[in-house]
This record gives sequence, structure tokens and C-alpha cells, in this order.
Amino acid sequence: MATWDWHVFCKETTTGDTVPSCFGSGGDITYLDWLLSAWGWTLSVAVLALIVALAVGSLMGILRTAPDKRLVFIGNAWTELFRNIPLLVQIFLWYHVLPSLIKPLQGFPSFILVVFALGFFTSARISEQVKAGIQALPKGQRCAGLAVGLTLPQTYRYVLLPMAFRIVIPPLTSESMNIIKNSSVAFAVSVAELTMFAMQAGEETSRNVEMYLAVTGLYFISAFTINRLALVIENRVRVPGMIGAR
Amino acid sequence: MNLDFAFLNWGVVSSFVLKGLVFSVQLTLIAMVGGILLGTALALMRLSGKPWLVTPAAAYVNTMRSIPLVMVILWFFLLIPLLTGKPLGAEVSAMITFTLFEAAYYSEIMRAGIQSVPKGQVHAAYAVGMSYSQTMQLIILPQAFRNMLPVLLTQTIILFQDTSLVYAIGAYDLLKGFEIAGKNFNRPVETYLIAAVVYFIICFSLSMLVRRLQNKIAIIR
Amino acid sequence: MKISLFTVAALALAASNAVQAQSDTLAKIKENKAATMGVRESSGALSYTLGDGKYAGFHVEVCTRVLADVQKKLGLPKLDIKYQPVTSQNRIPLVQNGTVDIECGSTTNNATRQKDVAFAVTTFVEEVRIATKVSSGITNIAQLNGKNVSTTTGTTSVQLLRKHERGAGVDFKEVFGKDHADSFLLLETGRADAFVMDGQILAGNIAKSKSPADYRIVGEVLSVEPIAIMIRKDDPAFKKAVDESIVAMIKSGDMAKAYDRWFVQPIPPSNTRVGLPASQATKAAWASPNDKPVEEYMKK
Repeated sequence: MATWDWHVFCKETTTGDTVPSCFGSGGDITYLDWLLSAWGWTLSVAVLALIVALAVGSLMGILRTAPDKRLVFIGNAWTELFRNIPLLVQIFLWYHVLPSLIKPLQGFPSFILVVFALGFFTSARISEQVKAGIQALPKGQRCAGLAVGLTLPQTYRYVLLPMAFRIVIPPLTSESMNIIKNSSVAFAVSVAELTMFAMQAGEETSRNVEMYLAVTGLYFISAFTINRLALVIENRVRVPGMIGAR
Repeated sequence: MNLDFAFLNWGVVSSFVLKGLVFSVQLTLIAMVGGILLGTALALMRLSGKPWLVTPAAAYVNTMRSIPLVMVILWFFLLIPLLTGKPLGAEVSAMITFTLFEAAYYSEIMRAGIQSVPKGQVHAAYAVGMSYSQTMQLIILPQAFRNMLPVLLTQTIILFQDTSLVYAIGAYDLLKGFEIAGKNFNRPVETYLIAAVVYFIICFSLSMLVRRLQNKIAIIR
Repeated sequence: MKISLFTVAALALAASNAVQAQSDTLAKIKENKAATMGVRESSGALSYTLGDGKYAGFHVEVCTRVLADVQKKLGLPKLDIKYQPVTSQNRIPLVQNGTVDIECGSTTNNATRQKDVAFAVTTFVEEVRIATKVSSGITNIAQLNGKNVSTTTGTTSVQLLRKHERGAGVDFKEVFGKDHADSFLLLETGRADAFVMDGQILAGNIAKSKSPADYRIVGEVLSVEPIAIMIRKDDPAFKKAVDESIVAMIKSGDMAKAYDRWFVQPIPPSNTRVGLPASQATKAAWASPNDKPVEEYMKK
């Protein structure tokens, strides 16, 4: 087996000298500095995209269960468009093709473009899950809500959505963890995140195993933290009477 | 934006794209069937309430869901030959990795499905004298499956798109076919546009089939 | 207790077998009557794919000759050549773990890599240059101050740019493409004002672009790198066989002819030409075959 060289993280990135404190100073950066900054970019892209995805995805999921056929069509069209094209292809289109069609996009930094691309892509999946959650509820709930005198939006807000969201917390957690990992596609548009770091630093130092291990570890920590947070939320909002309750 | 599709002809398509399409489809089907079977087992383990079943299943699912698929593919392909002494083909390695990986996702979906069935059904089944496996097989799993069918099939469509990650170990899938064609003729924009259209057509058709299927077997409450 | 000891012993035995099996490539090839060639999917004219599992390129041709010579040397009636596409990230681990016997792509020979693998004598010397649009008027690196410069993620050019930025006191913004075609597209669409990469990649991309006359390769040589064929470390018999074959190709003139065939003549599938005759550095490497790493080239 090859030897390990964890000191590579203390090397300065331009000259290759080892810095004793492992953190660079005065404009120099070590690979460790770079790794942490890349982690920051990954988390920024992922969190912003998640906010976009949850907002838009929930809206589309609700539209797809509305009684008005036109709203259903809008929701369906959005979902189908964004989930049937691979993420890498979508990012490519946002970065290279759309700016020449929609002029204002040319001024946007690639970071914003990738947040939109990733957010819209994930929103399609979230809309599917929200729709499944709403439809898994007994039909009587909606009828009862309307019968008691609530308007349709009120029925959604007070009767259907609270239960639907609780049902789909497991798949939504999967989506949130996915977004952390899918953020790696941002390397294709020159955002300095973890996957780009792994590829570049691995190439420069020829220590691919150490770099990939560190990056895998950070992805794991980020995604696992979200998973635990979601579990806390799931336990807090659990409703007695459904199978998950203990 | 000037587009140049002059390089496109059947020869280009058959030599670059078809082989990738066949592999992508194969990989998707194998990983879907294997993943759903393994995933259902994992979901049942997690809901069984017995710690010696819950903990390993939960650990497996959480680990697989926390690591990017491209890393799992890469690690599996590089490390297994070091243990067995014999290299593993990229295609076989991809099939095993995808099945194991997708099982974690399918298990979460099945878990949500099982939990969405009202608990009264379980109690009624036990009251009538059914055993645990009869309850699961005849009452709970069919309903859970039907409730979660759209989400399961969405996951399969995503799986089909994820097969593009096998670029990391040199396997040849559909997106790679398009990319290579684009690089050979230096027309990346045109080939990516075509790739977007082709993927859309394939995935959208599958999606429509899903819709049809769901209307037929959905449970009316 | 007993079970775990047994497992550990079995794994250790398997691992040691794995290590032993790999360091004698000639024996492995003789036993399996097959060899696996590591190839790239698009590394300019050095090694690329024509789709359908077919690979072509300068290094692919050199390696095919090398394996033919090995077949003769071992006295095998038939040698089955398998092609394994590799990427920058997995090429070294795949050579180390036995999946690939001989890697014929575009790997730079440097001292760090020589700790993990061995290189045959250098067959191609690469020069890193700048490609720009003629209309931009940029002719050297100093003029890149304040501009956008594109290069490809996962290549040695990225670190090179950082060093030059520091050394020449020039401040430019780096944009990264995920592969060479993408980096060239950044130059084409105007997101970058210059593309820094190995000369043969630049030439190939310009030749295949929609209007080659719009681009040119300018400026000083930023770096000189020896590109060589990669084989397993601590395997002197195989290295000797590969080196002998390459030297024989040079002496008979076949190496120069092969170079001409891939870098000057039109190449499949688009029948464009790279148009890059052999540089002085490459000819010098052929004249005195060596496997010196890039650090020695930089000292000169």
C-alpha cells in the first residue's frame, strides 16, 4: 500500500514549502486554508439552493394538487422540465447558452447561476414529494376542511400541509443531503468548491488519496449534520396515531 | 449565438451515443430492481424496533446518503482490487455500487410509505390473527408501495441521470457519449443541447408512463 | 476471535498476493496472454477516443508498437490488448493496483509521481502557451493584467498560473473549465480573454473551432514538461522492454513518422490537423532518451 502524507495539507500552494502552523499568512494560503474555503463555498451553494428549492418546490407541489386544471398544468410542466434533464447539462445551459438568449443573465456571477440551476432542479423533486404527501392524506380531510367553512388556501394551510409535510420529512431529508452532494456540480462553472479542490489539489500534490479522503469526510460531515437536524425536527413534530409514532 | 450542426449524421450517433445509451439503461434497471428489494428490507429493519436490526440498517443508510455517489463509485473501483488481488471491470463495479447506493435512498422512500399507512391497519391485522410477515406482505407493503410509487419512480429517473457519474471510473454511459462527440468535433454547445433534448424525451416518456400507472393503481381513500 | 483472526489473515494474504502479482508485469502478461492499456478519452492528439471502444493517438500508436515488441519478446502467439479509459485522478491508482499495465495518455513525468510509479523514456515534450483571440491584441503574459484567464480544472497549468501571477506581479482572474473543450468555450464566448494550456491542446482546439482564423497562440513558453508513458514501479524487466522498444522506434525513424502522422497530418474523426511540428525540446528528448522529471527541465 502507498504511504500516507498528511503533512501535504500544511504545504503552501504556490511554492510547495511546508508552513509550520498549517495556516498561511500574509496572502499565502496552504492547502488546509484552501480546503476550508472550498467547504465554505460548497455549503453556501447548497444552503442557498436548498432555500430556493424548498420555496419553489413546495409551491409547485401544492399547485399540482389544486382543483384548477391550469394550476396543475403549470406545476406539472415545471416539474417535468427540470427533473428530466441531468443537472450537469442544466448547469451547462445556464452558464453558456441562456446568457446569450437572456441578456441580463450575462452580468450574473456563476455562483448565482449555479444556485438557480441547482435550486430549480431540486425543486422539481421536492414538488413530487410534496404532491405525494398531500395525496397520501385521506380525501375526506380536504372535504371536511371545506365543509367547515375554510377557504381552499386555508384548508391547505391549516389541515393538509401540516400533515403532508410531516409525512414527507424522510424524502425531504434525502433531498437536503442530496443538495450538499449535488453542489459538487458547481465545479463545472468555476466555483471553487470541494470537488474542484479535490481534483486540483490532488493533481498538484499527487496525493490523490489524502485529498479525496478529506473531501469525502467533509461531505459526510455536512450531509450527516443535516440528517441529524432533520431527525430532531421529525421527532419534535411527530403526531401520535401515525405509524412513525412511538 | 451561432450553432453548427453540420457534423451530425447517423455514423456519429451510432458510434458515439448508442453504446452509452445501452449501458445507461442496463445499469438503471439492475440498480432499480436490486435497490428496491434491498431498500425495502432495510426499511423494515429500521421500523422493527429491535436495536440489533435498527442500528446497522440506520448506519448503512445514513452513511450511503452522506457521501457523494461519485466518491463511492471511485473508492469501490480503486480499493476492491487491492483487497482481492484481481481488478474488477468498470461496468460490474458500477452495477454493484449503484445497487448498494440506491438501496439507501429506496429504503428511505419505503420507510415513508410504510409510515404513511394508518396504524389502525396494523392493529386490525394483528386482531384478525395475522403474523408480522403476513401483515407486512398482504396489508402494509402493498399500500405503502402504491402510496410511494411516484416517488420511487422519480428516484429511478434520477438514477438514470446519475449513471452519468460513471465517468469517474472510465465507464461509457449516455452523457459521456455526447461529450466525446462534442469534444471530437469541438461543438460542445450543440451536443449539450441535443443531450438535453434526448434526456428530456426519454425521462419525460417514463414520467408519463408513471402518471398513467399511478392513476390505475392509486388507492382511493 | 478465531473468525476475525482468520479474516485478517485471509485479507493480508490476498493483499500480499496482490502486491506480488503486480511487480512483474512481463510474467503477468505472459500468464494472461493479455495486457491492459490505459488510454485517455480526449487528450488532444496524444490519446483520444473515436467512440465505440476505439482509441487513437500518438501515444496509443507508440504503446501498440511497444506491446507488439513485448509479444515478440515473450514468444506469445497472440496478445489480447484491452483498453481501459483513465482520468487524471485515477490513472496512478489504476496502474498501482494492477488494472492497467501500461498507461499511454498525457502524464507529466515529475518527481512526486516517481514515488508511486515509473516512467518510460520521454516521448513528447510539452510547452505551455497562451491562446487568445486575434481581436484582443494580447501577445504576452504581462498584458493579461486585469483580464480573465481560463484553464482546465485538474491540470498542472492551474498551479503554473498561480506561480506566474506571483512571480511576474501580474493580477488576473482565473476561470476554470471542467475539461479542455469547456475552457476553450470560455475563450470562444468571451468569458475568458485567454486560455492557458499545453500547446498541442491549444492547437487542436483552435483547428476544430468554428473559425480557426480568429485565434492564435502567443507569448512566452510558460513551462516545459516531459510527457511519458507510465508503468509500475520497481519492475526493471518491463521498463527495460518498454524503453528498448521506444529507443528502437526513435532510431528507425518510426517515432518521427508517427509524430508527423498525429500532429501534422489530418486526424480522424473530423479530419482536421493539429499543425504542430516537433519542437526542439521534443527532438532533443528523442536524441538522448531519458526519463528525467519536469524538475530537471526547469533547472535548465
